[in-house]
Amino acid sequence: MEQQHLFDKPKNVRRLLWLLYLSCALLLAADLFIHRHVAHDWESLWGFYAFFGFVACVSLVLVARQLRKLLKRPEDYYDR
Amino acid sequence: MIASLPPFAVFFAGALLLALLRGRLQKTLLLLIPLISAALLAGAPEGLIVKVHLLGYELAPYRTDRLSLLFAYVFNLAAFIGIVFSLHVHDRIQHVAALVYAGSALGAVLAGDLISVFVYWELAAVSSVFLIWSQRSPRAVAAGWRYLVFQFLSGLLLLAGILMRFHETGSLAFDYIGLDTVSGWLLFIAFGIKCAFPLLHSWLTDAYPEATPTGTVFLSAFTTKAAVYMLARGYPGTELLIYIGAVMTCFPIFYAVIENDLRRVLAYSMINQLGFMVCGIGIGTSLALNGAVAHAFNDVIFKGLLFMSMGAVLHMTGKIKATDLGGLYKSMPITTGLCIVGACSISAFPLFSGFVSKSMVMAAALEEGHDWIWLALLFASAGVFHHAGIKIPFFAFFAQDSGIRTGEPPLNMLLAMALAALLCVSIGSWPAMLYSLLPYPVDYSPYTVTHVLAQLQLLFFSALAFSWLKLSGLYPPEMRAINIDVEWTYRWLGPRAINRITQAFSHFHLQSRISFLRYLGNFFGALFLYHGPRGILARTWATGSMVLWVVILLGIYLIAYYY
Repeated sequence: MEQQHLFDKPKNVRRLLWLLYLSCALLLAADLFIHRHVAHDWESLWGFYAFFGFVACVSLVLVARQLRKLLKRPEDYYDR
Repeated sequence: MIASLPPFAVFFAGALLLALLRGRLQKTLLLLIPLISAALLAGAPEGLIVKVHLLGYELAPYRTDRLSLLFAYVFNLAAFIGIVFSLHVHDRIQHVAALVYAGSALGAVLAGDLISVFVYWELAAVSSVFLIWSQRSPRAVAAGWRYLVFQFLSGLLLLAGILMRFHETGSLAFDYIGLDTVSGWLLFIAFGIKCAFPLLHSWLTDAYPEATPTGTVFLSAFTTKAAVYMLARGYPGTELLIYIGAVMTCFPIFYAVIENDLRRVLAYSMINQLGFMVCGIGIGTSLALNGAVAHAFNDVIFKGLLFMSMGAVLHMTGKIKATDLGGLYKSMPITTGLCIVGACSISAFPLFSGFVSKSMVMAAALEEGHDWIWLALLFASAGVFHHAGIKIPFFAFFAQDSGIRTGEPPLNMLLAMALAALLCVSIGSWPAMLYSLLPYPVDYSPYTVTHVLAQLQLLFFSALAFSWLKLSGLYPPEMRAINIDVEWTYRWLGPRAINRITQAFSHFHLQSRISFLRYLGNFFGALFLYHGPRGILARTWATGSMVLWVVILLGIYLIAYYY
């Protein structure tokens, strides 16, 4: 039997995810207490960077999914 | 005397000598070359211009100022790291090609005149293609040829631009060029090809992933960054570059998300990083230019580190596709850790090198009122974390266990990666080192509470988005497939279009070919009759008879005119 590795246990994966959720919550909460020195009006919105990061990534992936329909070809496409 | 000995000469001399050596001597020499060159560079005074008069032209093959020295330092560093990484390779061609390539990249950024730039430009093209061909697979050979065509196209435009510019200005000096003249545009496109401008970029994503595991590391460092240097020297503050740069940061990340070949993901992410530099050059303020060249410096190291980690995976497993890999953290824990350092650096995590340079460009974009450009760059920053920061380490080292059990790569590979990782962390943690080398005085501090918090929010919520998409199954699964890009036009459409046309006209084609050949035969026959060795027009004529003929001709004209 092979040695068990760090992420072979689902518990450790869950721990990592909870760590991520906690960090996100703390960072968002920090926006309430820390006044960011902004250079642009949008930046002063509460949690601007957090929401922008989330929305940007989700839309990136969803658009890329659709692009696949247009761009995807078999691996030997150019060799045929 | 020693001070005016250019460091790139060491690389060329070394490449010649290397061709004769083998074994331990060869390895020692390989390591010595970048060290000697570094010593020469360290002793090079600022503001040195070595001039040479050749055939009545004034050339300046060696010029040092803050801009050229910065690129020379990082190229020298990249050469050293690349050599250490490839020390285990028993392939003389690759070693010689890498040395000549590194030397020409150094030569190109240290050149003070355009003719020297052209010479090194072509030398870099010819030497670098051997790093692709050395993979010795039919795919790599074909990709190498396509790569070479683009490189020569760039060289051709460069030469035409240089000749026109010399005709216009009477000078070969390489300073500010600008887009006011046709020659300026020719040079701009020549540099643009090598800088992977949108629509001119396909040579990069086509060829780099086909090179040898060690060759890609050299390729990723030199050609594109030399082009960034050329743009920073010749076109600072050119507004068009802002928009070109913004497009370059955004479009490749979509490709990177759906690409299966992990080295090709890195090639796309390279265009994304080049976009930040091009944008900074376009903005053109001292903050933006500092940011652009600082980011070039950092990118050489962290992109090198990422390519090295993927090279190590390819070297150990023979596989590089996301669908074939996964779970490698179990057998390659050190490589995994080093790859994550590279991923954090490219994603611009605080304390890693990308953080202290990318933000300069973004701050400059806001300062100059380019709001939408700033937003595009912010989108690209979140995107780069997504595909290079998470996707690369995740699919190679974690994700689904592929069942592959291997070991850590050879010690020299690990050492090269460790050195690059060390640089990423130390530049990120003590940016003053890098800032002191920049062309303009730096009045910028990356470590403010505002900046660190904003960046951490951006990155952690990007990671949250990845986790959510992955867990909910919305994330596009990795597939054994390729994605078509600009190269589709010349790898698929072009050949088929030509085929179709020749087929449609095949009957006409045959007839026309026969008559064309007949005409051609007659034409050359006539030519031979009059201009051949015994031809009447090939004889040396006396001036008198010449004058006579002219008089007769004029006479005929006159008579014809009269009637």
